[in-house]
Amino acid sequence: MSTTEVLQPSTGPETGAEAPRRSGSFWGDVFRRVRKNPAAWVGAIVVLLFILVAALAPWLAPYAELDTPGREHLRPTSLPGPGDLAEFPLGIDRFGGDVLSKLIWGAQASLLIGVISTFFGLAGGMVLGAIAGAFGGWIDGLIMRIVDILLSVPNLLLAVSIAAILGRTPLAIMIAIGVSQVPIFARLLRSSMLGQRSADYVLAARTLGLGTGRITMTHLLPNSVGPVIVQATLTLATAVIDAAALSFLGLGGGRPETAEWGRMLTYAQNELAIAPSLAFLPGVCIMITALGFTLLGESLREAMDPRTRKR
Amino acid sequence: MLRTIGRRLLLLIPTLFGLTVLLFFWVRALPGGPAAALLGERATPEAIERINEAYGFNRPLPEQYITWLGKLVQGDFGNSIETRRPVLEEFMNRFPATIELSVFALIIAVGIGVPLGYWAARNHGRWLDHLSVGASLLGITIPVFFLAFMLKWAFAVQLGWLPTTGRQDRGVDATHFTGFYVLDGVLTGEFDASWNAIVHLILPAVALATIPLAIIVRITRASVLEVVNADYVRTGRAKGVSKQIIRNRFVLRNAMLPVVTTIGLQTGLLISGAVLTETVFAFPGIGSFLANAIFARDFPVLQGFVLFIAVAYALINLLVDISYSIIDPRVRIQ
Repeated sequence: MSTTEVLQPSTGPETGAEAPRRSGSFWGDVFRRVRKNPAAWVGAIVVLLFILVAALAPWLAPYAELDTPGREHLRPTSLPGPGDLAEFPLGIDRFGGDVLSKLIWGAQASLLIGVISTFFGLAGGMVLGAIAGAFGGWIDGLIMRIVDILLSVPNLLLAVSIAAILGRTPLAIMIAIGVSQVPIFARLLRSSMLGQRSADYVLAARTLGLGTGRITMTHLLPNSVGPVIVQATLTLATAVIDAAALSFLGLGGGRPETAEWGRMLTYAQNELAIAPSLAFLPGVCIMITALGFTLLGESLREAMDPRTRKR
Repeated sequence: MLRTIGRRLLLLIPTLFGLTVLLFFWVRALPGGPAAALLGERATPEAIERINEAYGFNRPLPEQYITWLGKLVQGDFGNSIETRRPVLEEFMNRFPATIELSVFALIIAVGIGVPLGYWAARNHGRWLDHLSVGASLLGITIPVFFLAFMLKWAFAVQLGWLPTTGRQDRGVDATHFTGFYVLDGVLTGEFDASWNAIVHLILPAVALATIPLAIIVRITRASVLEVVNADYVRTGRAKGVSKQIIRNRFVLRNAMLPVVTTIGLQTGLLISGAVLTETVFAFPGIGSFLANAIFARDFPVLQGFVLFIAVAYALINLLVDISYSIIDPRVRIQ
């Protein structure tokens, strides 16, 4: 069982018809199953909270993003930690920034990088996968070889190398992570579409004289996209962690006091002995966010899996 | 068997070839070209011109590519911009440290992960099972560098039990000839040097092992659960085969196939994780070298690293495939 196999769609919509079901559609059935899964609820709530905090950051955060209001409290050998000062509930960092504010702004940065990079990966992967799956033959072969080349380097290192060359900007990180995700989505969509290509309704459409492009867009794609969307939820978790890793390595660019979880960890390194909470808090934020997306994605996948659906 | 290996190695060639094409154009796409990256802050138009002339960056692209590829084939990855030494030599000096770290991490991950996954499956549905599944879920979502931080803080900074950085204390009198410090100590009889190196390895190796460990637990558990209900296990029980034989030969051996695949896939994670872990612990391996190269935009090092890792990754996965046929003779027939 390889990763690709694990990622492969175990079901298409028409397989769902065999499973006992109460609601009318495949997605209705999936939704019903997800709703009964407590893990899915935990995941959904965490994700929702994360999105809310990120979206409302300008109103929630006590201080502006690059503000350093705590500068007069800085001492060479100590930093006010959580609970030490009333106006900075989670303490201040080496720059004099309010940790609570930076964590909130960091949620926004993570959400943006995670969503945009996954969007890049999804878009690139879907275009490649759809072309490969729709045309087959040598086009399929060529595209899959390109995907193999991208897969020949471990995911995160591919992202690191791309970002290193593109330069130290947030956009570079998004593109880098996006490109490193392309292979997963391309392979997933392709295999999902190949499973659909021989379906009766496609044959029917072809008999009616529809062209490859039309069949792909109106029949194959909508019916194959489910597993890809689920994978995107799971990929968001990886994207958040990878983004933190890249900015931890110093690839994010911008000013050192930029509010970003990975970046906060980089600078927490020097304060580990006097202010471990500077490393602890952003790390926990990354973990909780990744956990939320993972729980949600895994429950979705489980709900769509025919092997568990029959139970 | 040999034919399969040969075929796999041949298939590697087009992939690596494609990778060199990507890497070549990727550096040429740098803002200001490779000359600007070489010069860094000192990039004046005249200086760029001079570098372009000296390194042949103004030659036609296909010609440059062929020249570069020709050198690559001979093992010449170019010189590092930062250290001005050959990239391959730099890798070879640091690679043993990374291998040593990864091997230790793998031993921890497999040594704990497989028994834990088996044990969780045998206690399926009880709280022990839920606990190990929950813990492995946390293990998947924890960023490796964060975990490295926390371990460093707890065991090195707070408790002071283990060293915070490095591979070996400066004061230790050790002879190095293989580059594997633990092995060197054993071979030369300097056991205290070996021990010192092991002590330095513990924290980074545990940090690096945790994510693969979590994944191995999950896969082993799922795989064992699938196998214990197989017909041949029931038949074995009915025939009165002893518990040990059922466990070792019937269940574990059959359950190992997906686990071995996973372990092979983990090597990718392991190499990526090593880059981050080595940075946190200032461990002088290939990963911390890369982290510096990123800052300096040391493109010969980056290019070399990607190729180097791609080859290593492919070879490891080949080894994994070979091990299938040892574990499961049924694979050989196909």
